[in-house]
Amino acid sequence: MSAADQDWDEGNPERLYVITRGRRALAERTTFDLVTLVVSRAEPTPTMQPEHAAILRICGSPLSVAEISAYLRLPMSVVTVLLADLLAEERIEARAPVPKAILPDRALLEAVMHGLQRL
Amino acid sequence: MDFRDSETVLGPQSADLLPASATTAVKIVIVGGFGVGKTTLVGSVSEIRPLTTEETMTQAGAGIDDTAGVELKTATTVAMDFGRISIGDELVLYVFGTPGQERFWFLWNGLFEGALGAVVLVDTRRLEVSFDVIGRLEDRGVPFVVAANTFPESPSYPLDELRAALDLPDEVPIVQCDARTRESSRDVLMALMRHLYNLSAPPGR
Repeated sequence: MSAADQDWDEGNPERLYVITRGRRALAERTTFDLVTLVVSRAEPTPTMQPEHAAILRICGSPLSVAEISAYLRLPMSVVTVLLADLLAEERIEARAPVPKAILPDRALLEAVMHGLQRL
Repeated sequence: MDFRDSETVLGPQSADLLPASATTAVKIVIVGGFGVGKTTLVGSVSEIRPLTTEETMTQAGAGIDDTAGVELKTATTVAMDFGRISIGDELVLYVFGTPGQERFWFLWNGLFEGALGAVVLVDTRRLEVSFDVIGRLEDRGVPFVVAANTFPESPSYPLDELRAALDLPDEVPIVQCDARTRESSRDVLMALMRHLYNLSAPPGR
């Protein structure tokens, strides 16, 4: 049984509300995909909100938005608000996933198949 | 939302770091009912210990008006497990497992956007969930393959019987798998990739 199958809990909405200062993720959703790779471009500073600092700290090497959400144990919707803050301040770099046309590029598929073959 | 286990280090272990050259990520989604083996399959192919990301769902539905505070008070959290496979220095594949039941479909918007395709993981003892999932993927135009996870106690059907039971079109591949082994799980992902490759073939060839 996977964790995903059991986790259907009431969250802690008040805490999340504080972290984002009540802001919503609607606009940011278009900027950040689950697999957008994020890399720090600045060091955390002592005056920063702890969650912002934590993101800069763990993104020394590229991490997907999903991984950031997992490591910080924050919902995607909260993480994308925080990432949008950092992106606006140019403290992170966001490497967007491949834009998908109607079907994925054949060269990309070949690369993935080649990689899977080696597993 | 607190630290749930003994893991005190926040962030990836050094062995789990991607190279700085990683520039492009793609994703595949594994959809299936409870206990069908999504997380097992993700864990079998992943190079990192599977991670869990969460999304909040609001009873009222998001985006109607600016009542964020009120809305959040009725938020419910759903978790998705995922894993990662480095394809090369630049390309990374993420594999997400997501529940198939209709009440979790709100997760699908961000999930299937840009996804290469999906695997519908099926437990032959419980086909009901798969009907809805397959219909929904067809509606959304998401390319997919079906994989029947073999459980020791599950009756083994020939794949053509299973295809008929699921009312699956001929062009959608269906494979048998054992999600507990890496080779078998890898072969499921390969079946999806081959299907996508065939779909992307230029017409007339």
